Amino acid sequence: MTTTTNGLEPGGAAPGTAVPVLVVTDLRRSFSGVQAVAGISFEVPKGSTVSIIGPNGSGKTTTLNLVTGVLAPDSGTVVVEGRPVARRRPEEVAESGIRRTFQNGRVFGNLTVKQNIEVALHAGLSAHRPFRPLAAVPVLRWLSLIGEVFVALAGTARAERRQMDDAIATQVDRFAERLGPRVSHLAYTLSYANRRRTEIARALAGNPDLLVLDEPTAGMNQTETAEVLDQLLELKAQGQTILLVEHKLDLVMRLSDHVLVMDEGHVIAEGPPAEVRTNPRVIDAYLGRRHAQVAARQAEQAAERGNYAI
Amino acid sequence: MLDTLITGLIHGNAYALVAVGVSLIFGVTNVVNFAQGSLVALGAMTAWWLVVVGHQPLPVVIIGVLLVTGAVGYITDLFAVKPFGKAPPIAALLTTFAASMILDRLSQLVFEPELRSFPEVLPTTNLSIGGVRFGTSDVVMFGLTLLVMGGLAVYLRYGRTGRAIRATAQDTDAAQQMGVPVQRIRTISFVLASALGGLAGIFVALYTGSTSPTAGMTIGLTAFVAATIGGLGSIPGAVVGGFVLGIVEAFGVYQFGDGVRDLITFGLLILVLVFRPAGLFGKVSAIASEPMTGTFLGAGREIRLNAWQWTLVGLIAVVAIPLLASQPMLAVANQVILYAIIAVPMVLLGGSAGQISIGQAAPVAIGAYTSAITVMDLKLPFLVGLLLAGVVAAVVATVLTLPIWRLTGHYVSIATLGIGFVAVSIIRNWDSVTRGAYGITGVPGPRIGDLRLTSAGDYYWLNLAVGIITLLVVLRLRSSHLGTIMASVGSDEVAARSAGVRTRDYKVLAFAVAAFFAGIAGSLLAHENRYLDPTLFPILMSTLALTIIVVGGITSPVGAVVGSIVLVAVPELLRLTPDVRILLYGVVLIAVIRFRPQGLWVRRNA
Repeated sequence: MTTTTNGLEPGGAAPGTAVPVLVVTDLRRSFSGVQAVAGISFEVPKGSTVSIIGPNGSGKTTTLNLVTGVLAPDSGTVVVEGRPVARRRPEEVAESGIRRTFQNGRVFGNLTVKQNIEVALHAGLSAHRPFRPLAAVPVLRWLSLIGEVFVALAGTARAERRQMDDAIATQVDRFAERLGPRVSHLAYTLSYANRRRTEIARALAGNPDLLVLDEPTAGMNQTETAEVLDQLLELKAQGQTILLVEHKLDLVMRLSDHVLVMDEGHVIAEGPPAEVRTNPRVIDAYLGRRHAQVAARQAEQAAERGNYAI
Repeated sequence: MLDTLITGLIHGNAYALVAVGVSLIFGVTNVVNFAQGSLVALGAMTAWWLVVVGHQPLPVVIIGVLLVTGAVGYITDLFAVKPFGKAPPIAALLTTFAASMILDRLSQLVFEPELRSFPEVLPTTNLSIGGVRFGTSDVVMFGLTLLVMGGLAVYLRYGRTGRAIRATAQDTDAAQQMGVPVQRIRTISFVLASALGGLAGIFVALYTGSTSPTAGMTIGLTAFVAATIGGLGSIPGAVVGGFVLGIVEAFGVYQFGDGVRDLITFGLLILVLVFRPAGLFGKVSAIASEPMTGTFLGAGREIRLNAWQWTLVGLIAVVAIPLLASQPMLAVANQVILYAIIAVPMVLLGGSAGQISIGQAAPVAIGAYTSAITVMDLKLPFLVGLLLAGVVAAVVATVLTLPIWRLTGHYVSIATLGIGFVAVSIIRNWDSVTRGAYGITGVPGPRIGDLRLTSAGDYYWLNLAVGIITLLVVLRLRSSHLGTIMASVGSDEVAARSAGVRTRDYKVLAFAVAAFFAGIAGSLLAHENRYLDPTLFPILMSTLALTIIVVGGITSPVGAVVGSIVLVAVPELLRLTPDVRILLYGVVLIAVIRFRPQGLWVRRNA
């Protein structure tokens, strides 16, 4: 992340640092005897996009859940910008600079689009949360909570409120055509694709060092998928670091700097996209030979046309 | 020692028999069936009628009870459970509660409410071990429990319908796709569990030697605690839970007297929930539980009044009511406002943070006693007592509930129910401070400076002022950033956490705010009522407060005021007797959840 768009979050490390944003080492998790993630390690360098692909049930989403604190690993480490976060709670992981979306688009149904995005700003607020540093301290956290109640009743955080509105507007602008007219709609009334957009906007509003996307285009049609791809490419161009799980291979190939292929909890192959798609183990486990040939041909044709077919 | 153990076993046996029904229904339909106790009471009353009025022999009595309770179970399922199969779990929790209110009152209207002795159709004291007397009835009941448990186990394991029941319990959608008639299976389970409840009723009545139509609530809640201790959904768990509870209770009562029964029962419930939330035999589901309210119950926008409509409301409240209302009508208005003060902030807890409290009587009671003691024993002014009532209620209720907020779904509601009983039980037993069951007489009326308030008309102004402040505070909180954060917690907890919200803290905060105002309402109640005792804070107070916000619209503070008017003022003005009134609460609750789940004051279309 090279720019701080809303001025609310302190922001990550300076650009160009050698430290990878995310370092995952030997991560393991099993569910009643089944190894869902069986010792995987990878890094996400700053400004890059790393994707995880693999058949259903191979452990991709579990990996994301372990990285973001939604699940606690049995063993292994997760380090964000030098801070260990494994076994931390999801809200602490979010405060450390990781924001995510979910496979099935989890928005706050009874909040408006604007309010959905506003929630993501919470971790970075100071005027609304006068004793925020105490929020993580046992017992004293009550000072922080009571402080929030008094600010809410007194309405004293007007300047920060305006900053928040600007930050929300910035995120809405990314999806101006789609979300712009619907900022005051309750999220449960939105179309599926618009919920996904709201979710991405919400994740970005937290100014994450690492953006984690779990199948951002699941259930979208071709046009919508292409639109999301454009937006992600734009984010990438702005320097956003991304960890992506996605089934639509063409999107993965187009977007990623590095691809991990998972099967039965293990990473069976990794490397730059072009290399991975021709790796025989990957073809056996996931793609199937015919798909690989078709995909390769499509990619060539598309590249010639300069217009990527999804 | 031995006799205490046997008393515990006999009691526990009855709990176990009822708990099996609770667990069976929870396992298959994921519904916490609060009506189970009512069916137990109904079973007992039916048995009484068949024996005393109909002069029937025991086998006929048993068959009659099974038929009647099975049939009533079927009707209950038809109206209170089946229509809510696809609704969020909170819906069925509330509707079965409503069903229990309706069944208890109907049974009272049919059988007359008084306690009557139950004839000894089986000997109850003809046997003895080591000098401890018990009877054939106890042996038969024990045999029956084993038979029921064994029979259910075999049936669920090997029977065709039994297999279907288990399949439905594990994955409703998958079972449906495999051709299991899910709806019929649910109904069968419900009827089966209801008949079991009726059967248990006969033996409970035999053991206690008496019966009344209102005995259902206590036994139902106790059995429900037993089922939770064993692990909701587990049949052997329900049996073990029943016995464990029976024995612990027997020894506790032996040690400390009968007054601590509630404290032990619900204290044990809370301990189990805190240390082993899934119970002794249950497994915590690997699938994350859905939030209780989610986006369906309560989704929509509040109805908004424009300026002149608000002016009209203001004129009615400030001019018309004080000028035109008689003293009794002013008393009704005061009741409405007190309930509104309790209910309005519950919108933050139920509607925003998505946590359903069935124990709001606890902070009301704490506030009432705090204020009375502050003014009477500490000789401090009324306004200090009023404020202190809110603060102490918030602090004590919050500390008592602190361990429960890491629980999810049903378990939070169950735990708050427990807290409601525990708080009142502590008040009843802490004689030196609260004067126990005798209560506190001569609580001074509210006094502000030199102004003494003495009549219903005086109280009206005080209540109205406090009520308006409450409403403004809650409206302001709802529309603030803090309100948005609280609402995100109730909407999708996992997503909120991943967006950097410490969700648990905001649930506790919402509860603390609600408890603060409940305590204030308690103070007003104490000083206007001039008298306090623990029976003023029954579970019905908690459920009425909850019903009010559901009927008004769980996300709407103004709706909570509307709910108070509908549920408190209307029955008073129609001069309904308490029985009919509770019947009406039940019917209104089911009707609203069925036909206008978002509440009266919320419009579905955005």
